[in-house]
Amino acid sequence: MTVQLMQGNEAIGWGAIAAGCRFYAGYPITPSTEIAEILSRELPKAGGKFIQMEDEIASMAAIIGARLGGLKSMTATSGPGFSLMQENIGYAAIAEIPCVVVDVQRLGPSTGQPTAPSQGDVMQARWGTHGDHPIIALAPISVRQAFDLTITAFDMAERYRTPVILLTDEVIGHMREPVELPDFSAIRTFEHEVTEPPEEYKAFRNTADGVPPLVPFGQGYRYHVTGLLHDEFGFPTQRMDEIDPWLERINTKLDKHLDEIALVAEDAQEGARVGLLSYGCTARAARHALKIARARGEKVDLLTLFTLWPFPEKQVEAFGERVDRVIVAEMNLGQLAYEVERVVGRKKVVRVTRANGEMVTPQMILDAMEG
Amino acid sequence: MTDALADRTEIRLAGEGGQGMILAGIILAEAASIYAGKNVVQSQSYGPEARGGASKSEVIISNGEIDHPEVIEADVLVALSREAYHKFHKEVKPDGLLIVDADKVKEADDKAIRIPITHLAFETTGRQITANTVALGVLVGLTGIVSRQDIEKAVAARAPRGTEEMNRKALEAGFAAAAAVKR
Repeated sequence: MTVQLMQGNEAIGWGAIAAGCRFYAGYPITPSTEIAEILSRELPKAGGKFIQMEDEIASMAAIIGARLGGLKSMTATSGPGFSLMQENIGYAAIAEIPCVVVDVQRLGPSTGQPTAPSQGDVMQARWGTHGDHPIIALAPISVRQAFDLTITAFDMAERYRTPVILLTDEVIGHMREPVELPDFSAIRTFEHEVTEPPEEYKAFRNTADGVPPLVPFGQGYRYHVTGLLHDEFGFPTQRMDEIDPWLERINTKLDKHLDEIALVAEDAQEGARVGLLSYGCTARAARHALKIARARGEKVDLLTLFTLWPFPEKQVEAFGERVDRVIVAEMNLGQLAYEVERVVGRKKVVRVTRANGEMVTPQMILDAMEG
Repeated sequence: MTDALADRTEIRLAGEGGQGMILAGIILAEAASIYAGKNVVQSQSYGPEARGGASKSEVIISNGEIDHPEVIEADVLVALSREAYHKFHKEVKPDGLLIVDADKVKEADDKAIRIPITHLAFETTGRQITANTVALGVLVGLTGIVSRQDIEKAVAARAPRGTEEMNRKALEAGFAAAAAVKR
């Protein structure tokens, strides 16, 4: 492969193909549309299916159905469409159907400002659907990482049988950077393996690692799929002796694998008393501020979160213990700051927020360091 | 690390939607990355309209890592419309370069380099739409941010089939206008 100048959204499209995605259903919406554009062109060439649906509710339903039929599947949207997808995201979470949902965040609420960036869907990604449920959300900081984390999203979706939200933003989605993509043939994502014969198969078995293998329909393995509370075969149940272990399993399965799921990068400096914490496009502003501060002789740490959900508590807690102040920079009015405050304590946290469609600047972060 | 921040050239190309400033930014970014082997970040912003409205494209070029992906204070601003000039001319470094379309931005301040970019495009190719390519010739001619050879390759690679010669001439007109300013 050669160096190409590529948009973040294009990189997500290629990442999906490299990860083995063979089904995409979606409804175009700025600033995510390039993902649908590239997959409408490239997915059929890779032997996959692209369907433009009537809306985002149907798109989400279609990718769930496609995965049950055996194809790794994805959809992409932005805030308003992400809101519409929430009911079926809950369905995928409770029915434990792997799928990837890309949310290229734009300024909201409501129609907001379609072409302006934001990081306002952080809490929607975690709690947008009702009820307690497992979910993973990943946030890339560059075009190359948009490609890599799309592959990771597919891998985690399969490995943990859960929807994974690729929570990117308009800045990363639309920016172009030079990238050299790896050879796709060497890229593998998790594949389910079943050992038991069809008559013994339970699609929702309470396994020790919390993740029973999923066999697609059409291979002789029978199970029921429902949004109702269900037993190990998937049939609705009201028996507490069936409901309790199942609820326990699905709501702790990610906890058992947190070390593999919680992706962060720390740039630590001996003796630093101030720590910057950021994610997505704003992490780029934080890194810029870090370099300016260090060039002035100040000591400062930087923790970049690539996994937002489940929240990387252990890493953030350790980070918070090393410094006196944690400056959390994000393009919303402090959504992830809530989590950081919960983990490191409110008094340590300084919020740098912006929710008007403009990026947080390095200067805003430098000002917070001095304040 | 100080060097990494110093080695950062911020270029902003602004005009009305439809003038091709976003494409010009992409071509410059391709010249700097694919052909010159540097690191770049190219971004754009535009309104919801298909045409008209303010449109800007940004290109940051460095030999090192580029962190903040947007222009903080431009080293170069090219403004092809009044609105673009008024919106962005204050965000240019004191020693930065300000290039305006002389016919469209008559009120530009004294340090601006005035070149009738759109007029030159029409005069050279018979089509105003090549103004973005003329602007690239002016920009590269005045700054040398990429080599002439690299911008020529990048323009040729992006020119729709059948328009290669027209775009080559437009680029050349931009370089000639830049050379005249330098003299």
